[in-house]
Amino acid sequence: MISVNGVVKSYGKSFKLEIEKLELKKGLVVTLMGPNGSGKTTLLKSLLGLVIPEKGKITVDGNNISGESDYRNKICYMPQSSPFPPNLKVKEIISITRDIRKKQNNYDYELYEKFGIESILGKKAGALSQGTRQRLSAALAFMFDSEIVVLDEPTAGLDPYSSEILKARIIKLKKAGKLVLLTTHIVNEVSELSDRLVFMLDGKIKVDRDSFRTPGGNGKEFREMVSKLFMENEPAKNI
Amino acid sequence: MNLRKIFKYFFSDIIRSKWIPVYTVLLFALTSGIIYFSRDGQKAFISLLNIALYLVPLLCLIFGSVYNYNSREFVEMLLTQPVTRRSVFLGQYLSLGLSQTAGFVLGMILPLFIYDFSINAALLLAAGIFLIFIFNGFALLVSNMVNDKVKGVGILIAVWLFFAVFYDGLMLFMFYYFADYPLEKTTIIASSLNPVDVARTFIMLRLDMSALFGYTGAVFKKYFGSGAGIYVSLLILHLWMIVPSFFASKKFKRKDF
Repeated sequence: MISVNGVVKSYGKSFKLEIEKLELKKGLVVTLMGPNGSGKTTLLKSLLGLVIPEKGKITVDGNNISGESDYRNKICYMPQSSPFPPNLKVKEIISITRDIRKKQNNYDYELYEKFGIESILGKKAGALSQGTRQRLSAALAFMFDSEIVVLDEPTAGLDPYSSEILKARIIKLKKAGKLVLLTTHIVNEVSELSDRLVFMLDGKIKVDRDSFRTPGGNGKEFREMVSKLFMENEPAKNI
Repeated sequence: MNLRKIFKYFFSDIIRSKWIPVYTVLLFALTSGIIYFSRDGQKAFISLLNIALYLVPLLCLIFGSVYNYNSREFVEMLLTQPVTRRSVFLGQYLSLGLSQTAGFVLGMILPLFIYDFSINAALLLAAGIFLIFIFNGFALLVSNMVNDKVKGVGILIAVWLFFAVFYDGLMLFMFYYFADYPLEKTTIIASSLNPVDVARTFIMLRLDMSALFGYTGAVFKKYFGSGAGIYVSLLILHLWMIVPSFFASKKFKRKDF
C-alpha cells in the first residue's frame, strides 16, 4: 500500500533521513518509534508531501506521490500540534476539510460525537484548549473513513479518557482493514496497539519487527526490547 | 475549484484578524485628516500619494510576512489535504492582496471620492493595488525563504528602506557622478527597477504635474511622452506584480513544512 524506496532527505550536516526500503500494508497498526530527532516526523511528512525528499521514491497504491495531491484523499493526518487558524470557528474548520476532500456518502462521526465536537462548533479555534484542539484534530483525522490514517503522537495532550477512546478507535480501524501509521514515545501504547514496530535512529531504520506481541501476554518482552534499544543507543546524545 | 475554497477561508481568516480593521482605520484617519486640514487640494493629494507610495508598501510587507509566519501550521494542515501547493499559494496570495485592497479602498479611496477627488482617486487606487500585490509578493517570497520570523521581517524592512529611501539616494549619486554623460536610457532602466518609482511616475504622467516629476519622471515623459509613458509604466508595474510572486510561488512549491 505504501512503499518507500531509497528516500534521502537531509537538513544541512546535522540530520539525514535515509530509508532504503519500507513497505506498509493494509490492516496493520505500524508504530514508528525512536528518540527525539530520529526522523519519525520527517518520514511521516515525506509520505504526506510536506517534506520533499532529495532522492528516492514513495508510492501509495503503486502511484508515485511526487508532485501529486490526489493520493491524499486516501490519507488522513493528525499532527503533533493542532494547526488551526485562531480566527476560524470549529464548524468552519470542519467544513474546509470536508469541502476540499473528495465528496463521500459516509462520514465517520464516532470520534466527533464521543469527543463532544458538536458543543464547540461555534467557538473560535484560538479559544480552545490544547487538549480540545487535539480532540478536534483526532475527530477530523477519522471523519473521512480513509484507507490510511497517519497519527503523530496522537495521545500527547489528550486526557486519559479521550486517549482510551482514541486507542479503541485505532483498533477498530485496523480491524476494518485500514492502515494506521503512528509515532509515539509511550511504550505501553505500542504494546497495546501495534502489530509492527519500526524503530528509528539518526534518520535510519534500526529495527523493523512484526508480531512482537504474545497472544494473551502483557507485552513485557516488547517493553524490555524497546528499553534495551533506547539504552543501547544513548538517547541523551540525541536530545 | 479548490482555489476558490482555499481563498474563501484565508480571506475570512484575514478579514477577522485585527490587522485589516486597524489598517483601514489608520488610512481613513490619515486621509480624512489630510483632506480636512489642507486647504490646497493638490498639496493634499501629494501627501496622500506619499502615504500610498511609502506607507502602504511597508504595511503590506509587515502584514503579509507576519500573516504567513503565523499561518504556517494552517498551511501545513491544508497541504495534508488533497490540494495542490499552487492552489494554497494562490489562495493565500490573493486573499492577502484583496483583503488589503479592501482596506485601502475603504480607508483611502472612499474619503477621496467623498471629497470629490474622483479622477485622482481612481489613479491612486490603480497605483495602490499594484503596490499592494507587488509588496505582498515580496512578503511571501522572503517569509517562504527565511524560517526565522524576526530575521524575515528585518529583511523586508531593509527591502522597503531600499526601495523607499536608499534607491533615490543611489539615483541622485549616479546623476551627480555621471552628470557629463547621457543618462536617459540608464535613468529609464534604473527607475523601472524600483516599483515605487514606477507607480509615482505613472500617477504624475497622468496628472501632468511636471513640478513633481523628479528627474526620472521628467526623463520618462521626455522619452515616451505622457500617453506612451503611462502605458509603459503600467506594463512595468504588471511585470513587477508577476516577478516577486512568481519566485515566491516557486519557493513555496519546494518548501519543507
